[in-house]
Amino acid sequence: MPQNATTDDPRRLAEFEARIARCKTIEPKDWMPERYRKQLIRMMSQHAHSEVVGMLPEGNWITRAPSLRRKMGLLAKVQDEAGHGLYIYCSTETLGVDRNDLIQQLLAGTAKYSSIFNYPTLTWADIGAIGWLVDGAAIVNQTMLAKASYGPYARAMVRICKEENFHKRQGFEIMTTLAGGTREQHAMAQDALDRWWWPSLMMFGPRDKDSPNSDDLLRWKVKQKTNDELRQRFVNITVAQAMAIDLTIPDPALKYNERTKDWEYGEIDWEEFWRVVRGNGPCNRERLAARRRAHDDGAWVRAAAEAYAAKHEPAASVA
Amino acid sequence: MSNRFFEYLLRLGDDRLVLGHRLSEWCGHGPILEEDIAMANIALDLIGQANLLLLKAASVENAGRDADALAYLRDAREYRNALIAELPRGDFAFTIARQFLFSAWALRQWEALASCRDADLAGIAARAVKESRYHVRHSAEWLVRLGDGTEESHARAQDALDELWRYTGELFLTDAIERELAHEGLAADPSAFRSAWQKDVDDVVARATLRLPAVEHWQQGGRTGLHTEHLGRMLAEMQVLPRTYPGARW
Repeated sequence: MPQNATTDDPRRLAEFEARIARCKTIEPKDWMPERYRKQLIRMMSQHAHSEVVGMLPEGNWITRAPSLRRKMGLLAKVQDEAGHGLYIYCSTETLGVDRNDLIQQLLAGTAKYSSIFNYPTLTWADIGAIGWLVDGAAIVNQTMLAKASYGPYARAMVRICKEENFHKRQGFEIMTTLAGGTREQHAMAQDALDRWWWPSLMMFGPRDKDSPNSDDLLRWKVKQKTNDELRQRFVNITVAQAMAIDLTIPDPALKYNERTKDWEYGEIDWEEFWRVVRGNGPCNRERLAARRRAHDDGAWVRAAAEAYAAKHEPAASVA
Repeated sequence: MSNRFFEYLLRLGDDRLVLGHRLSEWCGHGPILEEDIAMANIALDLIGQANLLLLKAASVENAGRDADALAYLRDAREYRNALIAELPRGDFAFTIARQFLFSAWALRQWEALASCRDADLAGIAARAVKESRYHVRHSAEWLVRLGDGTEESHARAQDALDELWRYTGELFLTDAIERELAHEGLAADPSAFRSAWQKDVDDVVARATLRLPAVEHWQQGGRTGLHTEHLGRMLAEMQVLPRTYPGARW
């Protein structure tokens, strides 16, 4: 809460804010307000959880990918997500938290992850739509986060963005192939766009006037653009892409504003947004159950690795 | 020669495709994130090898089929993988034990094929040797950890070996096809590296404080398309899209 900031040593706080104003990064050993640390832990761990939970909807199609090339592409993408998750968990640990505690919060249902992964992947075209729209939206967010004030997070984002760009191209290429394929494939692509469009817009979070966390985040350059600004940027990029491959954005209110050069979009279903955030989306329970099952089923493996390492110290090096 | 070589390339390719597919089933469900990454990595190597082998098979066959047609439009009876590759993934101990037994064999096979008379296959082998070395190291390290870890992990690893061992004999079967190809310098004769493989396995199994079971009968049949019941289900899932939308491009 804001009063926390005022209980911080005013001199150190002033130095901290001056440093950010000079566009210098904050590093793990630097002093930082408790609220800044907490915000970052919240954002970064949510991001890491999202990468890990995000493996599930796409992993759902690895065994059904329709060609060897697609199978390898999807497997590599999901593997990248595991890598991102690991990388961000490690970056989060620089803020003095333990990865295992963060994972426990996810499994207990007290930590959030991106709501988009609580929607089901029903057809192969969903794999294209996720790459194109979900990774596309993530890139818009992360390009901004790559300039965030906290050094380890910003650097993680630079690296992750490069891979996400590749994923987005891969997803768009899947959509392009389907949209230009048979009549059934085109319909499959359109259906996926219909289902993923609005949840993708929701990825940017509540409208600015309803976003309780944004003020401090902006001032401390944890974020540098508001939710609505980023959402608009994503819409502008994506509408043109949909048109290029002959797919229709499922929004009758969509129209181009000549003056602002923005594509104005219709009202997001905020009831749906909050319903999914609060745990009542189509797959919230399944996703957490799958993570818990993997964790529980792996308990004996982790115990074995620890027991082996303890027996063979210091020679053993165990993951 | 070309029919026999085609058949041999299918055996090599199907082993990798089927095992890579089984391994890919773990993605997102591994015991730790690091293992999700490692298993996906090995699965990618195997499917990548399969892709090259089936491409080569398609070109040797020269009948208008491509690698995807071979992967997605053959029925279980036409698959030529060893049975060990198609068994369901089981628990982590089963997956690791299978990977070790297979990869230790595949490494020896690739080493032999690196000097194959066919330049394409020799090239695939040269690259695959490096990949397989990592697969052997990774799976051996885990097998040792599991065997010499806790009571539970030891029991699970032993169960896995007990179940899997009877499928390893098939990896060393040779028929007229392989013998003739080996004679022509186009195939690796597995009898040439059986004792080396056995030693690799014995060493790791000993370090893992595990033991190999006695075998009354070696299970076999994959090379002639006589599979377990598991492969048909696996292929039904894997092939669903190309089968449902004939002629579509993806």
